[in-house]
Amino acid sequence: MRSIVCIKQVPESASEVRIDPEDNTIIREGVEAVINPFDMYAIEEALRLRESFGGDVWAVSMGPPQAEKALKEAIAMGVDEGVLLSDPLFAGSDTLATSYALSQAIKKIGDFDLVICGKQAIDGDTAQVGPGIAARLGLSQLTYVFKVVQLDLEKRTIVVHRLLEDCTEVVEARLPALLTVVKDINQPRYPSLLGIRRASKKQIPCWGASEVDADATRIGLGGSPTWVNKVFTPPVRQAGEIIEGNVDEAVGKLVEKLLSEGVV
Amino acid sequence: MARLKIDRELCTGCGLCIDSCPLGALRIEQGIAVVSEACNDCGACLDSCPQGAISIPVGERLREARIEDYRDVWVFCEQEHHKIATVTFELLGKGQELAQTLGCRLCSVLLGHQVRELASPLFHFGAERVYLIDDERLSVYRTEPFCKAMVSLVKRYKPEIVLIGATTMGRDLAGAVATRLETGLTADCTGLQIAEDGKNLKQTRPAFGGNIMAQILCPRHRPQMATVRPRVMPMPEPDKTRAGEVIEEKLEIKEEEIVSTVLEFVKDERESVNLVDADIIVSGGRGLGQAENFVIIKELADVLGGVVGASRAAVDAGWIPYQHQVGQTGRTVRPKLYIACGISGAIQHLAGMRTSEVIVAINKDPEAPIFKVANYGIVGDLFEVVPKLTQRFREKLS
Repeated sequence: MRSIVCIKQVPESASEVRIDPEDNTIIREGVEAVINPFDMYAIEEALRLRESFGGDVWAVSMGPPQAEKALKEAIAMGVDEGVLLSDPLFAGSDTLATSYALSQAIKKIGDFDLVICGKQAIDGDTAQVGPGIAARLGLSQLTYVFKVVQLDLEKRTIVVHRLLEDCTEVVEARLPALLTVVKDINQPRYPSLLGIRRASKKQIPCWGASEVDADATRIGLGGSPTWVNKVFTPPVRQAGEIIEGNVDEAVGKLVEKLLSEGVV
Repeated sequence: MARLKIDRELCTGCGLCIDSCPLGALRIEQGIAVVSEACNDCGACLDSCPQGAISIPVGERLREARIEDYRDVWVFCEQEHHKIATVTFELLGKGQELAQTLGCRLCSVLLGHQVRELASPLFHFGAERVYLIDDERLSVYRTEPFCKAMVSLVKRYKPEIVLIGATTMGRDLAGAVATRLETGLTADCTGLQIAEDGKNLKQTRPAFGGNIMAQILCPRHRPQMATVRPRVMPMPEPDKTRAGEVIEEKLEIKEEEIVSTVLEFVKDERESVNLVDADIIVSGGRGLGQAENFVIIKELADVLGGVVGASRAAVDAGWIPYQHQVGQTGRTVRPKLYIACGISGAIQHLAGMRTSEVIVAINKDPEAPIFKVANYGIVGDLFEVVPKLTQRFREKLS
């Protein structure tokens, strides 16, 4: 079987990001970049499925040339092949344009059973690209997955547990399917020494818009329906009051305040 | 490649269009604007030209909606087992405000099986019209039939704004629908407002864990779609005298297009917790030291009628299941009261709870960052403070 994992490189610390005042896009250059934490679970799940069912695992990442590092990390963890999707024409893509570009790359890789994404990226927090890919490629859409219960390559079905607000949904779907996974699904492995050595030698192909046959009107800022009009820093929450006194006094005062303000 | 046309007679070579182009595809040559191969016909320059010299021939911008054809504000009614999610009512409240500003109707979309009677509460909360598709295949939520139903209604009735709750269901649906419609979708909006031009929706949302706020516009596509988390918009007052019209449509979907079957719903074998809808959350962190100590957190939560949350450190230590995790890789919550016990307040935790109405922090380290966002703080040993707090509330509330 073949799984394709979509990964995104994100800034490690949210507080370090800057905004380009020229075009209102996020400057990612120069900020320590890591694989989006949720995507680590996606990689791990694909590797575990390969261990059970054979086949191969591909990772694809759309981003600037530096995103190659994220793909090397994925390969060090055990992913077979990596593809960097990078082109100045992709710059400024919103989630609609991004899901289009990724879908084109996934189609080019081809012959897959599963596409696995993290439930969302920790920088944009939209959770929209996964469903976007599923819609474009006509895949069964399974979001918030925290357990793959069964995979039947003969019958072409998959059964998963989805994490809803207050319960678990058990759902069966046809392959090929797109999964977005939550943190609870597994514990991502560390790269092995062998993996790191393999990754350092591995050539990562870089595909641009023309290599994935992308329609130039559907990518980049121009292909994005949503535009960032402005960005600003949210009002800072004021630090409040430290309630002084011994424990009994402090607790008494706190309870009075919360009761009198109607919070409780 | 570019289809963009510049009228050489009208162009004065003023250069205003150059700044408007996101791709740097325009330049001035011999006193006239010229367009390069980098142009992708996005249309960002069209309004910049005071002479109206730039155009994209009609028929070549098919993906872009004819904006004037789109009208009304829609709210997707989220219901499960015939119970409407409260976020639906919150969105109807906001939707009504937007519809009044635009001078259009507020409508709701009701999808399900034997759900006709749910139209009444939607009217009570301000909907003037309810689009109903009642079909057995919509009895439980699944992406394909719901997406198909929504897309067909939008294509037929052309709303200008569609609001959906940013819940598990809503996010699953919205991403699929917006992609099929090839329109813009803004996730987790905390502010929605009609722009000064009287037509575009200004959508404000946090990004980078709440460190940055972004205002998003969707100027050339319709509908403008947005999701909003529960408890972000205020709950409006219903008016039980209100009524409206129901417009019923059929679900057009072939059996083979439905690719999934919900086998069952399982109440969590460990412990069910709904952090997102909770009014009061009492959270424990690393300071608890071990799993057994969550008992004191649970006791306080029980007295207050709240639920138990946790920091990532406590979840990763295996003291409490992931369902309880608040923060960047857990749930984002905004209760009326959030009590953080033994949580230092790493930025990833703050990202998940900083918009709570009132935050109380209990920590023995006076330098802990959690105190910077807390309305009230007690510096002390949580094993001493929390049980006393429980005791005091028990006395006062009984």
